Amino acid sequence: MISRRDFLQVGMAASAMVGASGFGNWARLAAQQTLSQDGLLQFETYGNVSLIHVTDIHGQLKPLHFREPSVNIGVGDNKGVVPHVTGADFRRLYGIEDGSPSHYALSSEDFSALAKTYGRIGGLDRMATVINAIRADRPDAILLDGGDTWHGSYTCLKTEGQDMVNVMNALKPDAMTFHWEFTLGSERVNEIVERLPFAALGQNIFDSEWDEPAELFKPYKMFERGGTKIAVIGQAFPYMPIANPGWMFPEYSFGIRDENMAAMVEEVRAAGAECVVVLSHNGFDVDKKMASVVPGIDVILSGHTHDALPEPVLIGETIIIASGSNGKFVSRIDLDIRDGRMMGYKTKLIPLFSDVIAPDADVAALIDAQRAPYAAEMAEVIGQTDSLLYRRGNFNGSWDDLICDALISERDAEIALSPGVRWGPSLIPGQDITREDIFGVTSMTYGEAYRTEFTGEFLKVVLEDVADNIFNPDPYYQQGGDMVRTGGLGYRIDISKPQGARISNMTLLGTGTPIDAARNYVVAGWASVNEGTEGPQIWDVVESHIAKLGTVTVQENNSVEIVGA
Amino acid sequence: MELTRRKILALSAGSVAFATLSSLPAFASLTDDAIAELTGGADVGEGTIKLTAPEIAENGNTVPIEVDAPGAVEVTLYADGNPVPNVATFKFGPLSASRSASTRIRLATTQNVVAVAKMEDGSFQMAKANVKVTIGGCGG
Repeated sequence: MISRRDFLQVGMAASAMVGASGFGNWARLAAQQTLSQDGLLQFETYGNVSLIHVTDIHGQLKPLHFREPSVNIGVGDNKGVVPHVTGADFRRLYGIEDGSPSHYALSSEDFSALAKTYGRIGGLDRMATVINAIRADRPDAILLDGGDTWHGSYTCLKTEGQDMVNVMNALKPDAMTFHWEFTLGSERVNEIVERLPFAALGQNIFDSEWDEPAELFKPYKMFERGGTKIAVIGQAFPYMPIANPGWMFPEYSFGIRDENMAAMVEEVRAAGAECVVVLSHNGFDVDKKMASVVPGIDVILSGHTHDALPEPVLIGETIIIASGSNGKFVSRIDLDIRDGRMMGYKTKLIPLFSDVIAPDADVAALIDAQRAPYAAEMAEVIGQTDSLLYRRGNFNGSWDDLICDALISERDAEIALSPGVRWGPSLIPGQDITREDIFGVTSMTYGEAYRTEFTGEFLKVVLEDVADNIFNPDPYYQQGGDMVRTGGLGYRIDISKPQGARISNMTLLGTGTPIDAARNYVVAGWASVNEGTEGPQIWDVVESHIAKLGTVTVQENNSVEIVGA
Repeated sequence: MELTRRKILALSAGSVAFATLSSLPAFASLTDDAIAELTGGADVGEGTIKLTAPEIAENGNTVPIEVDAPGAVEVTLYADGNPVPNVATFKFGPLSASRSASTRIRLATTQNVVAVAKMEDGSFQMAKANVKVTIGGCGG
């Protein structure tokens, strides 16, 4: 554990550049209880170029509660360094006072109490206000969307992403890259992208047949701003056909393709770019490795792993910015670009406290218009919760436990499996659970809840495989999700072991007996990446379960023993 | 997570399942033998040969592989986790504009793809890439 002072010194010593972040100021304002829109937006304009980064909004048009992770284990070179620092350690690292707004926005403990004090965060109408304020300061600021935008809510599923396209278009982005968008199916993605009024970027989006760059997605776009040329190179999520159903977009191939990234950096530099920005959906650790492997990148705007970091991380002379998820934050990055290079930077992670930042009236009306046709069915109250419901962290969250209980009970299974995704708003104790809330943690285009039988041996194969996708020490082999959530099944995991040796002590919780490798177990799950999966939609399964319970209480889950972290 | 019945049937056949997903290829020594036969036991250095392969295969049945070996007269590809490791040999004549080739290969499991180039002076160079074949995850 290094202190904040050491951390800053390490960062600065590694670079000749001048760097500053607005975070210290934000923390001070918060401590003084003077949290205000002006305070949140306060920023001394710097240099000649401004970037605005938003990412991983996951369809969240309205302000929400979203609890950040308490368990986020780093492996290999990333052990114990951001973003793999949580809770009190995270607050100490950045000088965040306990109980402050920053504590609530960026870490996990006392979430329910702080949520009542500080209210909801996010909302694209608030995001519009912040973006407009930055543009008032710097009219030619470049707005970049890191993707996972057209997915994640009731309206987004019903309109096949049109609600998000309509509202984001009103925010006027300059470019975007992609991940969950492709789960709309390639036909729908192509239809939207062909009409998109801004650049759709991905140097790693290839045609799967010929392994050549896909025509519809350009690798980069050049911007002439502030008297200089800035190249923005897109990097879509590398493992889309593996982590998501590849049969929904068979024409496309992805991968990290860092050789091609290096070639693109050379190409844009040769074409006169004085600043190279990568708009990435790699995930933070993959971005760190890419920054160390590919020379010549000034800024990586990092998405996918949903990390919210108040200060940039410096790798060589590349700064990496992580702007959170679910619409909670906007990052402003001011750059001093001179004499063919980045001379300095100043950044600020702006949390969108919805009670403090005034909604933009036009965008608020546009959001209401998207939601109006579905308002009544979304608002229907299915039950109440006595517990904090959240999903974010390497292992089960309480939403996951509730979903697994629903699968076991509604599908008459011994074991439930639920995907380790990082999206989905939180609910605080005492809240109603509406249909919209259930869709917030389940909606997807492949939500069928299967029921099948696995041998004990195959269950271990599944756990080992998913664990290696998270805990492989080489970030290039990580897919950026979390561990598959299990219901009815306990196990021990040793993070430090190689694939095949991490999982042990698998136990059927219903009987307390060890899992028998040769026996068949009835397993219910959802979000299979295989074509032709059959079963009811997961949101119907969860709704039926919650309706029967009336009030939900989720007990603490101690069924996974974690060692070697 | 890839969890349909078809896949389960394919994977639950006892030891085959673990062979398919283990990170230690069962046939690695066959590759060492094949390389020794090619080089006649000569030292194999790293040199300028470059092998490009995906870190994780999108489809283990058809994995795109590219090899670039300036100055090579011959490049042989091996897949050290396949039952038969020899994949292909590319030969380059004096008039070859570039000493590079690309193809797609089938990989039974997570394993190393190895390229050995025989250079104009009779020396050998080698490049290796680990390609993971996974049953898929649940990305964030």
